[in-house]
Amino acid sequence: MKKLIAPVIIVVVILLLYFVVPKPLEFSPVTSTIILSLIGLALVAMLILTIAGKMIGRRTVFIFIAVALTLPFMMNFKMPIRITPEVQSLYDALEQLPAGSKVLAAYDFDPPSAPELQPMADAFMTYAFKKDLRVIIMGLWPQGPQQAQLSIEAALEDKEVAAKNLQYGVDYVNLGFQAGNEFVIQRMGSAFRGMFARDSKDTPYDDIPLLKGVENFSNIDFVMNFSAGKPGTQEWVQIAVDRFGVTLGAGNTAVQAPGMYPFLKGGQLVGLLGGMSGGAEFELVTGEPGKAAGFMLSQSCAHVVVIAFILIGNVAMLLARKKK
Amino acid sequence: MKREIPLIITFIAGTVFVVAYFVPHSPFNRAESLFNDWFAILAAFAIWLGALNLLKICALKVSRRSKDWYLGFVIIVGFFVTVAVGAYDGVVGLSNVPATAFRDPGTNFDWIYRNVYTPLSATMFAMLAFFVASASYRAFRARNFQATLLLLAGFLVMLGRVPVGDLITGFLPPAYQMSQWATWIMDFPQTAGQRAIMIGIALGIISTSLRVILGIERSRLEGE
Amino acid sequence: MYPLRSAALIVVLLVLTGLPLAAQSDIPIDSAVVDSATVDSVAPFPPLPPTNLEAVDVANDAGGALSLSWTLSPDDASLVTKYLILRSSGDGAPFAIIGETTQSQNNFTDNNAGENKDFYYRVVAHGEGDVDTLKLTSQANTSAVVGPTHSTAQWFHWGRLNVLIGLIAVCAAILAYINVAKSGKELYIRKIAGIEAVEDAIGRATEMGRKIFYIPGIMDMDDMQTIASIPILGRVAEIAARNETFLDVPVSRSLVMVTAREAVRDGYARAGRPDAFNEDQVHYLTDDQFGYAAAIDGMVVREKPATIFYMGAFFAESLILAETGNAAGAIQIAGTAMPSQLPFFVTACDYTLIGEELFAASAYLSREPKLLGSLKGQDFGKGLALLAIVLGIILELLDQAYDLGIGFLRILSIE
Repeated sequence: MKKLIAPVIIVVVILLLYFVVPKPLEFSPVTSTIILSLIGLALVAMLILTIAGKMIGRRTVFIFIAVALTLPFMMNFKMPIRITPEVQSLYDALEQLPAGSKVLAAYDFDPPSAPELQPMADAFMTYAFKKDLRVIIMGLWPQGPQQAQLSIEAALEDKEVAAKNLQYGVDYVNLGFQAGNEFVIQRMGSAFRGMFARDSKDTPYDDIPLLKGVENFSNIDFVMNFSAGKPGTQEWVQIAVDRFGVTLGAGNTAVQAPGMYPFLKGGQLVGLLGGMSGGAEFELVTGEPGKAAGFMLSQSCAHVVVIAFILIGNVAMLLARKKK
Repeated sequence: MKREIPLIITFIAGTVFVVAYFVPHSPFNRAESLFNDWFAILAAFAIWLGALNLLKICALKVSRRSKDWYLGFVIIVGFFVTVAVGAYDGVVGLSNVPATAFRDPGTNFDWIYRNVYTPLSATMFAMLAFFVASASYRAFRARNFQATLLLLAGFLVMLGRVPVGDLITGFLPPAYQMSQWATWIMDFPQTAGQRAIMIGIALGIISTSLRVILGIERSRLEGE
Repeated sequence: MYPLRSAALIVVLLVLTGLPLAAQSDIPIDSAVVDSATVDSVAPFPPLPPTNLEAVDVANDAGGALSLSWTLSPDDASLVTKYLILRSSGDGAPFAIIGETTQSQNNFTDNNAGENKDFYYRVVAHGEGDVDTLKLTSQANTSAVVGPTHSTAQWFHWGRLNVLIGLIAVCAAILAYINVAKSGKELYIRKIAGIEAVEDAIGRATEMGRKIFYIPGIMDMDDMQTIASIPILGRVAEIAARNETFLDVPVSRSLVMVTAREAVRDGYARAGRPDAFNEDQVHYLTDDQFGYAAAIDGMVVREKPATIFYMGAFFAESLILAETGNAAGAIQIAGTAMPSQLPFFVTACDYTLIGEELFAASAYLSREPKLLGSLKGQDFGKGLALLAIVLGIILELLDQAYDLGIGFLRILSIE
């Protein structure tokens, strides 16, 4: 019974917050500043506690992270975002595509990583539609095409995109999921039709106007891959780029992104969006600050808290060494 | 003979893949696709092996009332409810005009997907943020010179990758602000390290593959 | 007798696999055949045609593709909306549209060219108001006809010659070292702390009277890391069986479950305790990445194992698993070739096998000379890579300094 008390309290508090707090909630700049200062003060208090010889437990760290991540969602601070070269080069490559170019968008992620990848994927789709690029969607992950559907819905909310009156099958098409991991890419190298006989709406490949003349990668002008693991960007590089010579851009989770730098430097990737900050930069460079840019404050706060705790941990170590 | 058949199959399949990389001419390109298809079919059927095993173990747990048996019960109920809902949606969807699949937006299955599966898996992934914090708090210590160097690089990248880094170094000219330092670390030392690890891994894969293809490493097939 | 039987089997298998291959698919003739009778409105100012049309066989492929290129129409930037690609099989056969490219693009690959079939091509600069089914062949905006050209399949991909040479060198070195090892010569192999610790980690579980968990990653049997993980599991099972310590192997793929069972069964047999093996020790949880992580976290929190092994391919779940194991007080040994997950394992586990060490682990644990020899061969490969890097840098620097224009790096790049 005792075990249940804590979870029950948490659930009750969340329910209360859900029903009591007005939506959408936004803190005024003054309140926001006060909250951020309080977090800062609490961190200083932790440092003092450590110096006084008390070891801080991991649950305290968790609480700090939770607060530093969630509260900034409700603050409205503009953060200066600097565009990194890998985002800029992706944008430049996309800018060079003439209207009507065929872009293959491979959605290789699922709901768990959607909070990190969806904002950049949405921004990409909006940008592609605005630029009149023809988008062919596919997924090596079963849930990928469903995430792409969300991106399309998000893009259509944009006024400029909505005014274009885009037609399914002519301006974009969703080929759906195909099992077989990297082998799918390999087979697509000889014929898309072989892997996607029908699109996600069960229309035969040859009846889709957009796919007329699209046999394999040689008829695709650009491939954009959003990836949260395997199969993902690495497989696209190894097969689609190295074997079939496509031009590839990628969006990855922050954890994965560092692993893609060798491909970026080797020219196999023309650009890379790394995690939420990559998404924010892409939103900015395409002139549409959206979700990801809004999350930057939250991420900044979390990074600062983590660094603060690393410092506190090191202070504890130094003190322990002195005692010895 | 029982030992040789798997070895021969491994040898043929492995060799075909290697040869097909260098010889684009048929029959190798076709054989490569054929083997790919076979693997996909095998893996798809094998799902049942796993699912049945899971149900068997949970059912045993429940019937024996062993420790935490109720968790097994939750798995069994969850499994059958999801399958039943999907099947129901699939059958009903057939009579819709145009016919809908069980995964289409608006079905009950889709509701489960969006409101149970999605938040639960996103929660697990989100726990990473907390564990990164607790792990770095515990283990990221300046124990010696190398560790201190690593720590400094970590700080620069963590701050430089988010807007707050440039805010802190705002007094410097743009080319010297923290995001630029982070970019430099990511572009050079980080990429160099990644490449070194990658080369090592690639060689490890070549050597393991060679052992498997030639049947030197038999343990994969028969325990030794 | 064996070689004979094997040879016969290989022949049978080859014939079987060859049967479906022999059935060559015909080239689908698609698209609208241009009907010379339909005449629609002609654009008021048809764009000038593209010139210098060329059609060449795509090199290093399995045939079936011809690459077209042309010089853009002088009106490309103003009047042209797209280029239409037309193809005819000759002998008076009509030209049919087989594809199109956007304006400003001057190349197209015809992937339906079959093998050794002659074709003629022409390209039309398509202007605003033009209709696709015009009498295209007689239009002023149409390029001259090229052809006949045909596509052929190649027996060797010349762009990958460098890879072949490298591969042969590394494989030869591995096989040579295996031979040296078989002849009984002692090979020096550096110690890897994580592997040395395996026995102690299992011993700790025995002392504490608690379980051992072995997590073989979340990838299927087609991943090299999972394949490398299975022999290690066999070794761990053997030691655990000898110590009479319970080994629990939750897996996330059905095929891994089947293979891991065999490895554990054999491990128990080697330890002389085949009866102690229970099939359900190796059990399936779910294919879902985070579902799997959640299930293992739950098991670790409830059952408090003394030792946990993570060997195989891991993704974002690595730290979620390792931190929970750490909090539960388990001694943890990890091994993975996922560079992005290594930092997480290094911080949260007691020992970590980094990248290639995972592939070397089975050789270390078995101490079998044949396997140890292959490790030496790997070192040779590393030397080769180092040499290539240093040589590449020097040559490229020389090239740039003296403007030789040779581009040495091209030799090393793969097509």
